[in-house]
Amino acid sequence: MNHLPLIIPEMSVTGLALAILLIDLWTPAARKPWLGYLAAMGLGVILVISFTNRITDNPATAFGGQFICDGLSIFFKRYFIGAAILVVLMGIEYADRIPVGIAEFYALVLLALAGMMFAASANDFILVFVSLELITITSYVLVSFQRGRLASLEAGVKYLVMGGLSAAFLVFGIALLFAASNSTSFAALNDAPALLAGNRLFWLGLLLILTGLAFKIAVFPMQMWAPDVYQGAPTPVTAFLAIASKGAGFVLLLRILFTAVPCISRHWQTLFMAVAGISILYGNLCALPQRSLKRLLGYSSIAHAGYMMLGVAALSSDGSAAVLYYLTGYLFTLGAAFVVICLVCRETDDIGALSGLSQRSPVLAFAMAMAMVSLAGVPPLAGFAGKLLLLLAVVERAGANPAYYWLAIVAVIGVVISLAYYLGVVRAIYWSKTPAGTAPIPLSLTMQLSLAVCMAGMFYIGLFPNAVLQAATEAVKALQF
Amino acid sequence: MALPLLAAASPGPHTATSPLTWIFGLPLLAALLMALIPRNFRFVIRSLALLATLSSMVVAVVMFCQFRNIETARPGFLFVEQHEWSPAIGLGYHVGVDGINVGLIVMGAIVAFAATCLSRRIVTREKEFYILLMLMAGGILGAFASLDLVCFYGFHELALVPSFIMIGLWGRGDNKNFAAYQITLYLSAGALLVLLGLLALYLQLPPGERTFDMVALAGYFQSRPVSLAAERWIFPLLLFGFGILVSLWPFHTWAPPGYASAPTPTAMLHAGVVKKFGLYGLIRIALPLMPHAAAQWALILACLCLGNIIYCGLAAMRQRNLNLLIGNSSVAHMGFAFLGIASLTTIGISGTVMIMVAHGFLAALTFALSGYLDEELNTLEIHEMGGLLRHLPFIGTVMIMAMLAGCGLPGFANFPGEMMVLFGSWDRFPLVAGVAIWGALVIGGVYMLRAIRNIWHGEKSWPGISDPANVWRKLPYGLLLACLILLGCYPRLLTDSIAISVEPVARMASGEPGPAGRPSVQVPPPAAAVGTPQATVAKAN
Repeated sequence: MNHLPLIIPEMSVTGLALAILLIDLWTPAARKPWLGYLAAMGLGVILVISFTNRITDNPATAFGGQFICDGLSIFFKRYFIGAAILVVLMGIEYADRIPVGIAEFYALVLLALAGMMFAASANDFILVFVSLELITITSYVLVSFQRGRLASLEAGVKYLVMGGLSAAFLVFGIALLFAASNSTSFAALNDAPALLAGNRLFWLGLLLILTGLAFKIAVFPMQMWAPDVYQGAPTPVTAFLAIASKGAGFVLLLRILFTAVPCISRHWQTLFMAVAGISILYGNLCALPQRSLKRLLGYSSIAHAGYMMLGVAALSSDGSAAVLYYLTGYLFTLGAAFVVICLVCRETDDIGALSGLSQRSPVLAFAMAMAMVSLAGVPPLAGFAGKLLLLLAVVERAGANPAYYWLAIVAVIGVVISLAYYLGVVRAIYWSKTPAGTAPIPLSLTMQLSLAVCMAGMFYIGLFPNAVLQAATEAVKALQF
Repeated sequence: MALPLLAAASPGPHTATSPLTWIFGLPLLAALLMALIPRNFRFVIRSLALLATLSSMVVAVVMFCQFRNIETARPGFLFVEQHEWSPAIGLGYHVGVDGINVGLIVMGAIVAFAATCLSRRIVTREKEFYILLMLMAGGILGAFASLDLVCFYGFHELALVPSFIMIGLWGRGDNKNFAAYQITLYLSAGALLVLLGLLALYLQLPPGERTFDMVALAGYFQSRPVSLAAERWIFPLLLFGFGILVSLWPFHTWAPPGYASAPTPTAMLHAGVVKKFGLYGLIRIALPLMPHAAAQWALILACLCLGNIIYCGLAAMRQRNLNLLIGNSSVAHMGFAFLGIASLTTIGISGTVMIMVAHGFLAALTFALSGYLDEELNTLEIHEMGGLLRHLPFIGTVMIMAMLAGCGLPGFANFPGEMMVLFGSWDRFPLVAGVAIWGALVIGGVYMLRAIRNIWHGEKSWPGISDPANVWRKLPYGLLLACLILLGCYPRLLTDSIAISVEPVARMASGEPGPAGRPSVQVPPPAAAVGTPQATVAKAN
């Protein structure tokens, strides 16, 4: 079988998960953190190896064209592995708040990661569905991992209900698509555009599939789960959902829209523009009155998904490259924010818990402030460069269709609104009257390292766009517009 | 000074370090260094800040002198430095000066030094304060020096964000939280509109040739103008975006409360320097590249600027708080700057540039003085003051002179600027110019003179209140006042180079191809203004 070498990364991640479950049987409780380090190191090795593989211009396919290995899939696999390493390291820090089964926690993160990696390579709706289920089902368990905490259980149930609904949309859409076209393969759909362009059944199927994906990336109209689940889930899981799960949704969205049905998505720009605009305004406006930090980030993640939809709505390779670039910046920025939340917000995640942070731990205070400012899109940080590229892609289309000017203005209004609540967090850190505590916050070596990497990434992506932009542009060559 | 100053005039690729890089790089470098110094080394931190801004100021002044020597009669940039940054999207590092920004950079560096001197009274969390102050100073100087749109925008934003934390942490009054939010959100909204406009402008170029370089953009648009449909979108974005940043009426409401709540050094830098960014952007980018839309919007802009002069002037008359009075009067002064831009003539726009520099010194000086009064008296309510001149002869004299300068008295730098604006706008908008003169002279005179009477004259006695103790503490006030008087008595120091650089801008903005080569319009008013100021004022009345 010459197909197997292509899925070596996925197999090694799955193998790592199983190995951790096995080793756990012989590991005494005091040594459990080593399982986390093992997982993180294993992922690090896989990540490094992925950089030694050269990306060829000819994508390789396997398993009857179901699985594709091209620039786009490799870009996203690296992204997911990076996110998973961060989540596992946060999990080690968070372990004292997870009563039992920390080994299963790491294993589930790794299994979800395997699902995401398959999703990045999916070239057939069957594989799309299977990999999405792998991600979603492991996430149900992860969200409700703190069995003793009611909020965590509640979030798990909400996620389960909404996830079930979206899976139903997705599978129904795939069925309709199959009924209309007799195929589930992206390549086959791409080959027969004329047949499908006027087929209402096909359109409905596609619309349902997009609704299912909207759940993953948390944009309007499937956004309502995000704040509740973000708030209730254990912090590392929230980070995993916000960073990696959203990325999985985007890679599937891009691949379906621009490799399977590019001839149809070309005519749906109004739909994408509406989704982007509504998500930006909804997310930002709802985030304004929030007092819970994780809930605030939940709403803001809807807005950020909306910003990334700007790149999809632009229907251009520049737009899609901007989405990839924005996601990369988002990984480092949110990574820094969640590391701080994980360390500081032990009992409550109220914004008040951050007050006096500048006295307790200047490093964490600075990191959080920078993360917030970057999310708001202030130069010279990652969030600014990403938004700049997204706006460029949108305004570029405005010559032909002035509606894009309005879309850009909506995005800008969203950014101004978002400044209000992001600066509210900065204010709590630096000049709140009632400090939440005075004890200095211990900072382990792993967390110091993760924070340093996230901060460096934030500044690097903001200041030196060359390398990542080039990688993103290479990656989106797989797409058609 | 072992800087490669003279290398600036040499042709070829400009990769040698320009003095401009030092001017804004020194404060930024100082900010970085300060972050590494422990917070209890207060003296070291303050000395470092003073050293950075002082050397930045010295480099700026030396650069200005050399600029005056090298500068030839052709428009173009000197002290250029250029590096590639991200060629894929046409982003680069490009700095340079011409007549339009040279004055602003020198003014900014001097105000930054004065503001650092006056930060002595900040006693809580000095380390953070000085870091933010250095970021603000370096940011705005960088924005004025940049010839790349992204750097231009990015540096300005770098100057903007610290003001949020500075007002919130070290601000004055009960309103400071609200003011911090208001100023930040308002200005970010303006800046983002500007960003949209700049991006749209960048995208007017065909894909292979896209660049954020202002010089390259201007060169490109000279031969292939922006399409009318695009101008219709881009110009209003830039006009209102930049307008919000300069407190164009009716988007001015952030300014007076924001300045009143800000700590003194922040108010000085913000009102004096950061605010000029919008006017600079209009002159540098919006006018020359989009002449048709500029002509269409000129009348609207002229009417809005009357809002600044009359409405904000009347608002200033009603203020009981000295800081709010100064804030409102500073907004009113911006009306003249806008009027000069709306005139679209060389002399009018030159006047605007002159006003920008003059008002930078003036606003910084008045906020510095009101800050001193606030610290000494613990109040800024005008009716609670009175009789202060006996106790504060130095501060009082400087303040009275500054207020007279604000009324447009000849001999101070504002006078030639306002005069040039009036000359420039007379042809195009005689009615607006007439009302503006009336507004400036009568309304400005009323509130300034009334403030002088209520604060400085009277019977009240203030035991224990005295002038700054020694000559070093008087230095920042003296420095700013000296600059005002110097430019007031010898405006040609700036106007000659301004006119050379503004002339092509005005020619492009008025849509005339004009005679190539030497500028045909000479600038008579500065000399005339110095010669017979009284007569000119009488004529204007």
